[in-house]
Amino acid sequence: MSILIDRSSRVVVHGLTGREGSFHGQAMLEYGTQVVAGMTPGKGGQTALDGRVPVFDTVADAVRETGADTSCIFVPAAGAPDAVMEAAAAGIKTIFCITEGIPALDMIPVVEKVRAAGARLIGPNCPGATSPGRSKVGIIPGSIHREGRVGVVSRSGTLTYEAVQAMTDAGIGQSTCVGIGGDPVIGTTFLDVLQLFAADPETEAIVLIGEIGGAAEETAAAWAAEHLRDVPKAAFIAGRTAPEGKRMGHAGAIISGGAGTAASKVEALEAAGFRVAGSPTELPQLLRDAGFRG
Amino acid sequence: MKIQEADAKSLLVAQGLPVPAWAVAHTATEARAAAERFLGEGAEKVVIKAQVLVGGRGKAGGVKLAGSADEAERVAQAILDLEIKGIPVRKVLVGPAADIAKEYYLSAVLDRASRRIILMGSAEGGVEIEQVAAERPEAIVTLPTDPLLGLLPFQAREMAFRLGLGAHLKDAVAIATGLVRTMQAYDADLVEINPLAIVREAGADGAVTQRLQCLDAKVNLDDSALYRHPSLEALRDPDEEDPADREAREAGLTFIKLDGTIGCMVNGAGLAMTTMDLVKRAGGEPANFLDIGGGARADKVAAAMRLILADTKVNAILVNIFGGITRGDEVARGLIEARAQQARDVPMVVRIVGTNAAEADVLLREAQFHTADTLDDAAAQAVAASKAAVA
Repeated sequence: MSILIDRSSRVVVHGLTGREGSFHGQAMLEYGTQVVAGMTPGKGGQTALDGRVPVFDTVADAVRETGADTSCIFVPAAGAPDAVMEAAAAGIKTIFCITEGIPALDMIPVVEKVRAAGARLIGPNCPGATSPGRSKVGIIPGSIHREGRVGVVSRSGTLTYEAVQAMTDAGIGQSTCVGIGGDPVIGTTFLDVLQLFAADPETEAIVLIGEIGGAAEETAAAWAAEHLRDVPKAAFIAGRTAPEGKRMGHAGAIISGGAGTAASKVEALEAAGFRVAGSPTELPQLLRDAGFRG
Repeated sequence: MKIQEADAKSLLVAQGLPVPAWAVAHTATEARAAAERFLGEGAEKVVIKAQVLVGGRGKAGGVKLAGSADEAERVAQAILDLEIKGIPVRKVLVGPAADIAKEYYLSAVLDRASRRIILMGSAEGGVEIEQVAAERPEAIVTLPTDPLLGLLPFQAREMAFRLGLGAHLKDAVAIATGLVRTMQAYDADLVEINPLAIVREAGADGAVTQRLQCLDAKVNLDDSALYRHPSLEALRDPDEEDPADREAREAGLTFIKLDGTIGCMVNGAGLAMTTMDLVKRAGGEPANFLDIGGGARADKVAAAMRLILADTKVNAILVNIFGGITRGDEVARGLIEARAQQARDVPMVVRIVGTNAAEADVLLREAQFHTADTLDDAAAQAVAASKAAVA
């Protein structure tokens, strides 16, 4: 098993005919993901990726014709909130929004709409997820993974790749790696993903990669202390040297009024039984130290 | 994006909120003229406030009263001579000093945890809200607005009553509603009035009335939404934007200058922070945060190198690229091109892994770049190079 996506996931890529959509759509297909449909308004009836994937005008058409149940959104920021709501309205259950630069207030009603539709949104401004050997949705390079039993959740893109590569190099495989996104308002939080991992019989250890800003790491840590007590857990927090009051690239990565510091997150995670790494390369050893034998 | 108090007040006025008159002065003479006007209109005193984008103006001596035009000129000059948290004061706001009966705090803020706009108020205004939150959290009233409908009228009334503003219900409701409306109209992530005050005003007949006024205003705009508010871009204060920040913004790079000696060039925000952290851990000091973004091409890399080298304190450079969308060979070509053009020679450690890393490695070796395999190793080498440059 894995979480969020597996071999049976049927993916519709919003913006499949665009530059990013076609590049990453191709990579997903090569990884073995079932990319069953593309969605570009006005291009319904065409095909993409060398004729292998039909394109539809609406997500509802894609769902009806192909049984798509997962969305991957590559549309520009101005249209992305609408794309998420279209996916939810069409009955898509798992929606990945890769788009970055969406105004934060736009996401407030979108998150509510997704919740009301009984769907799940991952992102925005996220790299997607990979269940190694089964399926990948988004932009994470497939080559960094190895099949295994560690669940990885992160707010970052390339930092996640760094950590996952280190694990793979050390012979530690992953059940699912999820990037939840670096924006202030996101659909799925660290806590949500930890709950999914807790319910997944194949996930036997957890790696959490956080960064400065907000208190989502602390919230997740408090839950883990109670519900993941016997699960080997390691973490890394980026931004120990970040100055207060500056947005460190990600819209959500900011220390304000003394809140959201790396120190606060490290303390909360350690108190919850996470082994916190000083460098992402230490994560494999910390997992072993915590008793992980996978 | 942070904007100055005077600009924030303009946004509130445009949304119909009650803000006392003000003028912005760039010189003591201009401040004197503004003071003369307000004193002539019946104000007993004027308030003169430094316009800088950092907090703690009052404590730094950047907010003063004056009872005459002479005094206003003197006080304005003193404030214009100040540096507050390293930022020289280049302009002041001048306005009639209010006769304050009581101060409150009211703000609309984007709350990440609940994923809503929340309305926050306190009857203990005029002081830093972080201090109130730390010492007497029960003195802060927090109301989550509806994710689809925003602030509902009953919530605005509830806030007014809980702050003890029942006698000013209509005005308090209009202000609370206006704060949330301001936030939504301009895509702000914070609209803060501190203090919101009950102000005594003498009418023409000498009778004193009391009414609510927004005496200060702080608005932070969402950078991601500026594309749909072209007029707000004009509120970006060129006086307070570092030239390097501006060059970075225009080149599509995210750059934040720090105090250290090791310039960092990284793809991805989380990895860029991590690279800084590892430099520090290896005993060095990062000179900057720099994210060249996904898919960065050679010209972007060259622009990033110019930015790093413009900082004269930089004596070593660490390039850390984990190729996903970004192709390692593109970055390597950009580095080779940038080095050919750069004005001064600084030791550089390059680590490129991921997409097209092998091609990058060949290019870098041919060009005799110093390379590293792991992130920890790269940080250690950059720190050693920086220390050797000083010795």
